[in-house]
Parts: sequence; C-alpha cells; structure tokens
Amino acid sequence: MSAELFFGLLAPTIVDGLSIGLMYAVIALGYTMVYGVLEFINFAHSEIFMVGAVIGVELLTAVLIPTGLHPVFQLIIAIVVAAGAAGILAVAVERFAYRPLRVRNAPKLVPLISAIGMSLLLIDVMRLILNPANPNRPFPSGGSFDFFTQTINLGFVSINYKTMTVFVVVMLMLAGLVYLVNYTNLGRGIRAVAQDQSTSSLMGINVSNIIVITFFIGGALGGVAGVLYALKYGVASPVMGFIPGLKAFTAAVLGGIGSIPGAVVGGIILGLLETFAGTYLPLMTNDQIGTEYKDIVAFGLLIVILIFKPAGLLGKAVAEKV
Amino acid sequence: MKKRYLGLAVLAALAMGAEAQNKGVIKIASQTPLSGGQSKLGVAISNGVRLAVDDEGKLITSLGFRLEYAPFDDQAKAEQGVANANRMINDGDILGVVGHLNSGVAIPSSEVYARVSLPAVSPANTNPLVTDRKSTVNVMSRICGRDDVQGPAGADYVIDTLKAKKIYVINDKTAYGEGLAAAFAARAKAKGASTTEIGIEASERDFATILNRAVAEKPDVVYYAGIYDQAGPLLKQMRARSINVPFVGGDGLDGSDLQALGGSMKNVFFTTTAVPLSSLPAARGFAQRYNSKFNVAAEGYAAYGYDAARVIIRAIAAAAKGNKNNKPSRESVAAEVRKVKFQGITGAISFNNRGDLPVAKYVIVAAQDNYDDNKVSKIVSVAAPTPDLK
Repeated sequence: MSAELFFGLLAPTIVDGLSIGLMYAVIALGYTMVYGVLEFINFAHSEIFMVGAVIGVELLTAVLIPTGLHPVFQLIIAIVVAAGAAGILAVAVERFAYRPLRVRNAPKLVPLISAIGMSLLLIDVMRLILNPANPNRPFPSGGSFDFFTQTINLGFVSINYKTMTVFVVVMLMLAGLVYLVNYTNLGRGIRAVAQDQSTSSLMGINVSNIIVITFFIGGALGGVAGVLYALKYGVASPVMGFIPGLKAFTAAVLGGIGSIPGAVVGGIILGLLETFAGTYLPLMTNDQIGTEYKDIVAFGLLIVILIFKPAGLLGKAVAEKV
Repeated sequence: MKKRYLGLAVLAALAMGAEAQNKGVIKIASQTPLSGGQSKLGVAISNGVRLAVDDEGKLITSLGFRLEYAPFDDQAKAEQGVANANRMINDGDILGVVGHLNSGVAIPSSEVYARVSLPAVSPANTNPLVTDRKSTVNVMSRICGRDDVQGPAGADYVIDTLKAKKIYVINDKTAYGEGLAAAFAARAKAKGASTTEIGIEASERDFATILNRAVAEKPDVVYYAGIYDQAGPLLKQMRARSINVPFVGGDGLDGSDLQALGGSMKNVFFTTTAVPLSSLPAARGFAQRYNSKFNVAAEGYAAYGYDAARVIIRAIAAAAKGNKNNKPSRESVAAEVRKVKFQGITGAISFNNRGDLPVAKYVIVAAQDNYDDNKVSKIVSVAAPTPDLK
C-alpha cells in the first residue's frame, strides 16, 4: 500500500469512525442508564431506537416537507417529536412489561426474556403498521433536503452536512445529559437510586418516578439516535435496530455498563475500531482480508480488552449487593 | 360486506366441490420473500403465480381435481427456505414449486425438493449453480438467464459503452452477489480493465469504509452485485461523497425501491434477465389484469412468476393425462416440466436437459427516477452455457 493512500484515508476514516461511534454512544446511554438503576439489560432499546427513526422519517415525509420550512427546522422538529415519542414508548414498555415483574420480585433473568420478547413484538407491530410488503422508509432527499448533501472542505478532509449534524446533535445531547445527571436534583436522585434503591426511598426519593424518568431519558436518546441514523444512512425500517443495538450494547459493556462516560468512550472506541479495520485491513493484506471482516476484528479486539478489564474500561468491579 | 364475501366463498367452494369429482386436491406452492426488505420482488412473483392459477388452473381442474395455491414466505433466508421445503415435501398434494427469488435460498432448498423429486421452476435465480448441480439436475429448472452470462454482459457494457478502465466491484457476500461479481470481474479483467474487488455483508448500511477507499482510488465505474435494499443506501452515500461515476449492477437492482432508497438515478444502469413489461408486447394484457387484481403495477419478476407457474400447471396436467387422468407422481411432473414448450408472455419457453432456457434474453437498463420510466438500452439473446455439473 502506498503511503499516499494510507495517509489520504486517515482523516476521512477518523471522521467516519467518530460519527458512527458517537451514534453507538448515544444508543449505549439508553442501555447503560437503565442498567445503572435496575441492573437489567433492556434489549427492547434497539427497537425504541427503530421506532424513533420511523416516526422521524414519517413525520418529515408526510407532515413537515409540505410545510416548506427550512430543512434544519424540519429536522429539529422531527428530532424533538421522535425523542418524545420514543421516550413515552420506553416508559410504556417499562410500565407494562417490566414493572409487573419487578413488583413481584421476579428473578433478574425474567425481565431479560420479556425484553427480548418486547423487541420482537415491536419489530412485527411496526412491520404491520408500515405494510409488511414494503417496510422500507427512505429518509427524504432531493428538493430542499439537498441541503444536507453539501460538504464543508476543511482542507485535509471534507465533511458533509449529515455528518456535521450528527456531531452537533450528539454533542448537545451529551452536554445536556452530563448537566442533568451531575448538576440537578433530578440527576442526584438518579445517581442515588443507582447506588442504593431502598436507602434512597428512605431519604424521600420516589424510586418509581426516578425509574420512569430514566427510561424516558434513555428512550428519548435512542429516538434521537434513530433519526440521526436514518439521516446518515438514508433509510428507516422495522429491522434497522438490531445491528446498531447490538453494537451499542457492546459499546456499553466495553465502557463499563452502568457508567455514563463509559458508554461514550466505549461507543467511540468501537466506532473507530470497526471503521479502521474495515478501511485498512484490505489495504494492508492486499485484499486477502476484506472489509466484511471488520466486525470480526473489532469484536476480537473487544474480547482482548475485556480479558484485561473485565468490568469495562471505566466500570468498577463491585461486589454483589446483598 | 364480510358476510357477503363469506357467502360467495361458500358458493365457490360448493361449485368447485361439485366439479372436483373427489379426485382430490393438487397444490402449487411458491417460495419467495413475502416479508422483509426484499418482499416487493417476492410479492410480485407470488401475485404472478396467483394470476396464472386463476387463468390456467382449468387445465388441471377440468381433469377433476381441486387446485390450490400455497404461497410460502422464505424471508430471503436460506434456513427459512429449507424449513418451508421440508414442510412442502411432507404435503403429498404439493406437486410443483415456483421459487425462489434468492439463489442463496434456492440452492439449499432445492436439495430438499430433490429428495422427493418435487419439481421447482425458478422465475428469478440467476446463479449458475441453481441448475448446475448433479443432485438437483432433475428437479430444478429456470425461465430466466444465468449470472455467468449476465455478469459478462454487464462487463461488456461497462467497458465497451461506458469506456471504463478502472472498476470498483462490490458484492454482498451472498451466493448471488459473489457469483455475479466473480463472473463480471473475470470478463472485465480479460478485456484489460483493472478491478478492485470488495465484499460487504448484505445487512450492512454503513459504507464509509469502502467509499473512502473509492474516493481515493477514483474508479471509472462502481459495479455492485447485490439487491436494491442495500444498493439504494449505498448509492445515496456514494453520491453524498461526490462519487458521481456510473453505478452499475445486476438484476438485483430491478425494483422500484431502488428509486425510493437511492435518490437520483442519474448514471445508474443494471443488467437483468427480466425484460421490462414495456418491452414485452405479449405481456400487455397481463400487466392490465395484474394491476386491476392487485391494485399495484407489475414489476420485476412478476411476469416470470406467471410464466413459471404456467410451466408447472402444464406439466401437472400432462403428467395427470399420462396417468389416466389420476393424480400424477412428483417424478412424472418433474419429467414433464422438461417437455413443456409454449410461447410465454416473457418469450418462448422450453428447457435443455439441465433445466435452462436454451436461449435467454439479457437486458441492459438505464434506470430513471421513476421506476416505470426505466429505459431498455440494449437487449441481447445468448445461448445458455453448459459447464460440467458439480
């Protein structure tokens, strides 16, 4: 491989790795926050992400485009509505599928199975709603939405507006979340419940409310990520959640499940790992190992990292609560 | 409203029962994806079969049988196709199958059909191995072309007409995509072009890695061997990175979702063995009846589903006549399939001894922003190659 090709690909690879990694990070936050308060993996989260994407795309296509607003405003409205709807859905899933199990003190594996069931149910319900014969929903393009296909040339790399949008929205959301969790009463409540539910309730914190709010925030983040994903990759569909969901879950575990900064670090590392593997492996092996092996390499490295840091990069190995 | 339909159905069932003279039921099955991202093509084929059963079912019912159509959903997944195939071979009434859409599903499923000599006629599977295997050579036939012709036909077009010297070849790692890409690349290299060959999982929607490299390597043409549900996002992301060179593919791009998902169709071409309905004068009536029955325009392989079902119906009727008008065995239907000869709406239909059309048509289509406006830029007729059976 020529040095010119190697260095020429470096900057775009970093940009793409960061943008997909940040998206994994936002989805991973939904897994990690719920795990933080309930020690339970909400496998239906990937479908909350999907529902957010579909709602955003449908809203844009059916309602917002005919208004003729500037595409940026349209996107903002779509993101806000999708976030709200996804948050409400996450709360509903908690209310009907998980809480009944929790109040009956079901073993921890049981809600895990309901979560998987919920995930399948949401996929098929969405398929029915969207018409099973043609469930793909393209993100709007052409017309005023050509706005997002423009690129900014920074000299060493050119970034298109879609990727820029992902960066900006994700950064805003992360900043908002950090503020909320660390500097507000609500955030203190979430952290307290994550540490010890029964003591927090003795201190006057309404644990059930905190759990509902956590699901709402996690779901809303997933919904935003869904709209961004549809914007970047051009399509929303009922089955779109599986792979990003799996990878975001992996990112959460890599960063240390239950840790908010861990989810962000884990997402970015996973995104960079797989993008670098996909770009450089074929070049370095003279196409003997192709791009399709990128996940194998990324996940292989992940196993190695977890061997040395079994609690994840930023997770703490804690003794089981008694 | 519902009650009225119910009443009609009961009447129809009674009428059919009277006609059936108790010779029993004969079923024609189909296997295509009826759900999931590729269902648009799959449903079109299934609709075609349904129409054929309506139109020509009397060839069988007039012999005293009741004819039923059993559509199966293979979800474009090999394991689902095989599971369905196992159910089919255990239903003795199923005497013929129309299927599949995906070569990767057709190949393992036909191994199951072959166990009981259940004949299958494929409307759309272009991988050479669909008919080139010793184990299934007696049961598997097809009324479309082959990738070892389709790939080279695409390469000829890309090099002779589009004047490409450097080609970026992407395949989706399925039996169809890998086979088509290999046939394309072999011909392109033989004609002196240089190729970069890349595989990407069919479920992948993030093409950053392969597209960054395409930006750096500056190919003259990007060739993609796979299905439209991936091609659409790939094309969109390609154009977003200002890779504006021609995008060329195989018959997997023949579906209106390519337009819906891929954005502008400027500089997009594909080869197909499914001649568009607009270029099939014999299919005009079919298109109208299809439209009025299913309330959607016929696209992709719909007409091929129709003709494939007609092959099965004729073979069953011929086999039954050879069996003194009694229910024929699956072996005899499989043997009759190879003797079928008629003028279908997709062209003249007959089979060589391995189940290929002796001469198949291959079309190069210039895609347009509206699927129905897709332009045929060239039609070539090529005799089927007959490599050694595997």
